[in-house]
Amino acid sequence: MAIARRLRVDPVACDAFGHCAELLPELIRLDEWGYPVIDDTPIPPRLVELAETAVRACPRKALSLHRVGQSSSRNLVARATDR
Amino acid sequence: MTTLEASPVTIRLLSGITDPADRLDLNGHEAVHGSLRLPGRRDAGWSNRFIAALDESGLTGRGGAGFPTAQKLQTIRAQRRRPVVVVNAMEGEPASGKDHFLATRVPHLVLDGAALMARSLDASAVQICVARGSRVAARSFAAAVAERARAGMREAPFEVVQPPARYVAGEESALANWLDGGESLPLFRPDRPAFPRVSGRPALVDNAETLAQVALIARYGPEWFRGVGTQEAPGTTLVTVSGAVRAPGIVEVALGTPVWSVLAMAGVVERPAGVLLGGYGGTWLAGADVATPYDPASLGAVGCTTGVGVMVALPTDGCGLAETARIARWMAGESAGQCGPCVFGLPTVADDLSLLAYGRTRRRDIDRLWARLGTIDGRGACRHPDGVVRLVKSAISAFAADLDHHLHHGPCRGANQQSVLAFPPVGEVVEWR
Repeated sequence: MAIARRLRVDPVACDAFGHCAELLPELIRLDEWGYPVIDDTPIPPRLVELAETAVRACPRKALSLHRVGQSSSRNLVARATDR
Repeated sequence: MTTLEASPVTIRLLSGITDPADRLDLNGHEAVHGSLRLPGRRDAGWSNRFIAALDESGLTGRGGAGFPTAQKLQTIRAQRRRPVVVVNAMEGEPASGKDHFLATRVPHLVLDGAALMARSLDASAVQICVARGSRVAARSFAAAVAERARAGMREAPFEVVQPPARYVAGEESALANWLDGGESLPLFRPDRPAFPRVSGRPALVDNAETLAQVALIARYGPEWFRGVGTQEAPGTTLVTVSGAVRAPGIVEVALGTPVWSVLAMAGVVERPAGVLLGGYGGTWLAGADVATPYDPASLGAVGCTTGVGVMVALPTDGCGLAETARIARWMAGESAGQCGPCVFGLPTVADDLSLLAYGRTRRRDIDRLWARLGTIDGRGACRHPDGVVRLVKSAISAFAADLDHHLHHGPCRGANQQSVLAFPPVGEVVEWR
């Protein structure tokens, strides 16, 4: 059983490149100013790989993956995928 | 609601102030409240009793968030490193004057509270934050610190510091960031840690009024504190009253006092069209609801919040929509400029509101504004945009009849009246250090 994960954007780091919404429209849409609005419910298993791709593709490293219920600010999941 | 009677006045924080210009120096302060008795350092028994008394008192933070003071203290105390205490007297809220009032009238009450907190934590230092430009308040605190040193009071070292005078600079993480040598900008803290850090040390950040209340609880006890107020919201609080009142200023009221009675203490003459509660990131109370008791539970029931202690009475013929448009514009200018939804969203909301207040608006424009509010909410690193969203939503609800009038007949006569609100100029050069 895989650990449930969710997406999060750092609004300070985000510069509205919009790559994430191109790569993962199922969970990310852009608001009228081009900033991502993220579905932060657990990512369905079929979209996990796409989510990881979107995280890697962010030029500002503003997008990250977190374990659901993860309370530490250390982001182990994103680091594991951020190579 | 028909009577103009004020509730019995409860004077606690304001004790000893007979003339509005009075400042209680250390002698004056001790003549009113007696001298502060601090135990020796690392007296765990005393610390436990002190924290238990705060817990029993039910005191909550007076800076707007309303978090239980004892709980915050406990969290910091559980940390391994020696903490620091930060007095938040930044008063970024333009409609509020209570930090300035406390600083210039009863500075020792605030410093007593800070000294008590510091001792209970064995804190290494106390930093008193007063916004840059607030010279009188900073001088009064500095003079009070000097008076205490001369009197040989043995307490943690005090230091008065002056971060930039910006609306968001008093936000806890922005304050800690600045104290750490950074800019006074809020940080993105997704997991909302319970406390900020300064130089790697846990920082207890408390509002100036909260600390003044702590000084009273330490002297007179939790039962005394609970003697006024409501079961859930005990004690008194300071409210800065302005707008359509004859005697604007700071009043001290028991929580649970009807909003109308608080306004009456400042000389309100007619039923206001609405009351701005909690500041520019607060909520509008509809004129019909002015009998609501001023406490979080009662206000929550009518969709309002206490926020920071502010009441602005909108004149009977004033336009709440125009006033809200002005606030939204000013708040957009006070954005830290870090997050897209705030940087771009708030000016758009201000534009929508200006059109609604002064131009021609259709129902679908209101729907679009409502959708934008939903899009912006919760998407900043700090709660600045959320405050604007909350305020605008409350305006749409409190001024529903005015909204209807504007939709069908265009701007009302109140829209072009002079504002009852204060808008400090936003500097050309934005200074964050």
